[in-house]
Amino acid sequence: MRIKEHPILEFPERRRVEFYFEGKKIYGYEGEPIAAALHDNGIMVYRDSIRFGRPRGFFCAIGHCSSCFMIVNGEKNVRVCVTPLVEGMRIERMRKKKGERES
Amino acid sequence: MKVELLIIGGGPAGLGAAYESVRAGVETLLIDDGLKLGGQLVKQTHKFFGSKLEYAGIRGIEIPDLILKEIDGAKNFRYILNTTALGYYEDKSVAVLRDGKVSIVYPERLIVATGASEKMLPFKNSDLPGVYGAGAVQTLMNVYGVLPGRASIMIGAGNIGLIVSYQLLQAGVEVKAVVEISNSVGGYWVHAAKIRRMGVPILTKHTIVEAIGDEVVKGAIIAQVDDSFEPIPGTEKKIDCDTICIAVGLSPLVDLLFHAGCKMAYVPELGGEVPLRIEEMETSVKGLYVAGDASGVEEASSAMLEGRIAGLAAARSLGYKIDDYDSRISKLLDELKKLRESPVFERVRKGYEHLKGF
Repeated sequence: MRIKEHPILEFPERRRVEFYFEGKKIYGYEGEPIAAALHDNGIMVYRDSIRFGRPRGFFCAIGHCSSCFMIVNGEKNVRVCVTPLVEGMRIERMRKKKGERES
Repeated sequence: MKVELLIIGGGPAGLGAAYESVRAGVETLLIDDGLKLGGQLVKQTHKFFGSKLEYAGIRGIEIPDLILKEIDGAKNFRYILNTTALGYYEDKSVAVLRDGKVSIVYPERLIVATGASEKMLPFKNSDLPGVYGAGAVQTLMNVYGVLPGRASIMIGAGNIGLIVSYQLLQAGVEVKAVVEISNSVGGYWVHAAKIRRMGVPILTKHTIVEAIGDEVVKGAIIAQVDDSFEPIPGTEKKIDCDTICIAVGLSPLVDLLFHAGCKMAYVPELGGEVPLRIEEMETSVKGLYVAGDASGVEEASSAMLEGRIAGLAAARSLGYKIDDYDSRISKLLDELKKLRESPVFERVRKGYEHLKGF
């Protein structure tokens, strides 16, 4: 969900681009953090935690906490809260393998 | 790459430092890992307090451009965004990551203005998506125009908790409650009054016990606490919400200072481990200065002043002639002292007393 009206801020129109989440085509604005585009599309779970496979998502927004690691264009452990969205990007969750989830 | 001065962090402290060093003629390189210059100022839609020196009456989001316009375009100034300082090495070099490539910078002087990161609070399911740092939610809304959710609660009634609650309301997100474990509001009364007028309850002597949800947050359970801050059984209350904001304080980002071997002290009132430093912001490592939240968590206003002090001091130590150096430094120090006299800075004042003991 995007903010439509705000008493102080204006959000100028930016270039809307397509990208892929788990193979599905979705849209975001070019240059915004990948996390912002995912959040707008209602996607909150970015990966499973390493040990217990619990869901992880957005947390610090400054590239510091490691919660938002995802696979971007095949590269693992990309911090999507500080990585700008580029047209055609392929984003995937980092999932624990089946049977490994302990929680 | 060699440079006279490297400033790590382009928030209020780093910009304050660059403002002074560039104007003094120092060859200055500023790097920042964000997508925009200004650090946390880029999302601070509220007007600042203090005096003219701290840009009183001006919204935080407007301040980076005001500082930048004084120095941007100067031949001796360069800034690079989306660039992370990875480490500080024995030969006084700094490894810098940009576009997947690492390069090494050899600065003659270094100002670490890396800011702070949000503290976490342990409670059941506190790791669920939907539990976010309050500052992160502020970024999502105010910088990128994305709503964090429909209904939220805020944990912590310090300035960040109060201000972000108001900004959630401005963005159209319901704030069900502000939950504060101590028996009083920690932030400025004016911020508390604004959200109370808009009907948001501020529940002191309360804490969050649990986040409800499987994959994402669907609600929260809060409870009253006793005098030792333990939840009182039977006082639990369920709140329907999809967003839980944590505003329980910040920790200085001091990794690089540890790399450099700066003498550090644990001062809880300043957010955790902080470097020992002289008044002019130089640490125990010669030529390495700190400013802003990285030197102890305070506010953007004090960060700008500390940055300016560090910038001036670094410029002078490089041999640049600065007119009225002593009076300019003491004016900035006086301003800092005045700022810290506010009741909201009581904890910070205690922190500096504590730091003197090391």
